[in-house]
Amino acid sequence: MVNFAQGEFMMLGAFLAYTFVSVLDLHFALSIVLAILVMSAVGVLTDRIIIRPMIGEPHFSVLMITIGLGFILRAVAGFIWGNEPKSLETPYAGKVFEFESVVIGYENIIIILGTIALCSALAFFFKATALGKAMQATSQNQLAAMYVGISVKRINSITWAISAAIAALAGILIAPVSLIDPQMGFIGIKAFAAAIVGGFGSLPGAIIGGLLIGIGEQYAGLYLPPGFSEVTAYAILLLMLLVRPHGILSSVQIKKM
Amino acid sequence: MRFIRKTSYHQDIQIFKHEGQVFWYTCLAVILFSLPFFLSDFYLGELTLVFIYAIAGIGLMLLTGYTGLVSLGHAAFLGIGAYTHSFFLGLGVPFLFSLSISVLFSSMIGMLLAIPALRVTGIYLAVATLAFSIIVEQILSHWVSVTGGYRGMLVPEPKIGNLSLKSHTTFYLICLAFFSWSVLIGLNILRSPVGRAMTAVRDSEISAQSMGINLAKIKTIAFAISAGFTGLAGGLLAHKIGYLAPDSFNLLISIQLLLMVVVGGLGSLHGAVYGAIFIGFIPQALALLRDNLPERLAQIPGLEPGIFGLILVLVLIYEPLGIHGRWLKIRSFFEEFPLYRRSTHKKQRTFLKTERLR
Repeated sequence: MVNFAQGEFMMLGAFLAYTFVSVLDLHFALSIVLAILVMSAVGVLTDRIIIRPMIGEPHFSVLMITIGLGFILRAVAGFIWGNEPKSLETPYAGKVFEFESVVIGYENIIIILGTIALCSALAFFFKATALGKAMQATSQNQLAAMYVGISVKRINSITWAISAAIAALAGILIAPVSLIDPQMGFIGIKAFAAAIVGGFGSLPGAIIGGLLIGIGEQYAGLYLPPGFSEVTAYAILLLMLLVRPHGILSSVQIKKM
Repeated sequence: MRFIRKTSYHQDIQIFKHEGQVFWYTCLAVILFSLPFFLSDFYLGELTLVFIYAIAGIGLMLLTGYTGLVSLGHAAFLGIGAYTHSFFLGLGVPFLFSLSISVLFSSMIGMLLAIPALRVTGIYLAVATLAFSIIVEQILSHWVSVTGGYRGMLVPEPKIGNLSLKSHTTFYLICLAFFSWSVLIGLNILRSPVGRAMTAVRDSEISAQSMGINLAKIKTIAFAISAGFTGLAGGLLAHKIGYLAPDSFNLLISIQLLLMVVVGGLGSLHGAVYGAIFIGFIPQALALLRDNLPERLAQIPGLEPGIFGLILVLVLIYEPLGIHGRWLKIRSFFEEFPLYRRSTHKKQRTFLKTERLR
């Protein structure tokens, strides 16, 4: 299952956290939890209303429908929160960590730590829990998963809840360094590029791809004329498709016939 | 209901299946060519736009609807066609000649895009074409000496010889001629071996391969043809909008093109035309809607893409075969009148498999 609206989920999560923190004046940790819970509910709703009727349709239709969903969510966010960028107030904003000559902002440290924690949690979840394995099975072949007794519909709902929750967390992590506005979901496209460069369906691959694209972009911005840094991610993606179509750490196996 | 008695194999690949079709399509052509005598310039302009969209739609339909390859980057071909055409017009190249150059050039770029795209399907392809379109958009904004960068580029006046094509009527007729020509080419491609191979690739790559179809070749041809049609539409569109800017060929336009083939009905050229009519008139409907909505609702940024998204979602859930599919159902209802059963058109359930295990 592919969700092109993942970036929009991220944006919604960040906006929700903003609402809880700045408008309703709740405690920061509580608002994060609330934002993640609300986003899981949004994920389940998306699955029930939009994705479930599409079970059994080709990948292409599911892809199109999530693109449509992304546009709807962006318009909804524009309607509720307006188009001016908002900034999320965090308790750790503005503080820096100093170690001899190295100075890192706390926001960045939290992003790195949060990413590592999230990735290890996910890796554990997919490797070691029955639910995680059921999800992998469902993603590989719905019919076969159904035959071995997995409730495909329930698993799909849970998957959507989890992925929306993760998107919300990502949105909250990134909110202090970039501003929150309805267009921030476009970063999701870059995330796709990273995932494909690294190898779809492989967590370490996604991290490697992300690093490759991020570093490539910084260097292109430094050494190449303007305009190149915006396309670096996509140029790397196209090159990678030429050389290794399924990414650095690919999980593709060609079926033997 | 009409039963066609087939007496030769050639009847299977005739463009017109029976005399009725010849009659009705001739009527349609006569009406379309005589419309400039009746309609005001505004409606002629709108129809011209519909024809241009329909040409791009035929291109995308051949790729997405018939070969089964998704493209989220067709706005790039539109842009390439538009910029190439106006660049060569600016150099003083004659209209038809520069339009042919832009068609050829976009086909070539389409073939280039096909090289990485050949090896991937489904979502990978969608993201690859998306990446391509973003790269093209950046090139259009930064290659200042050719494209004028963010300042944009004024499109020279179209003329053949000394005859100016600027008036609404002549430009309408030009676009109509190109549109009819594109439909004919599209139909002929579809009934040729290449077209049949494209459909076979869409339905099952494995079985197409076992029939001796060279997948890489057919997919490259499909990309080239599709890009060529879209480039032609781009060249014509350049005159319609008059002033080119890089952001007039962004992701939203690509989505709009895809929306067009999906709403029209995948897998039929009729669908491309219905979709073009739909896309052509939706801005007017939206403008009307904006006037009648409360102030706060009408001012939402991104209302238009939001509504596009909503339509896309609704169509995909409730009528995956689009307008053309609905029309076929209505027609069969009348043809079989007392005996019509809903279950005739019921879809068979299939199940999703991963694209990672192939």
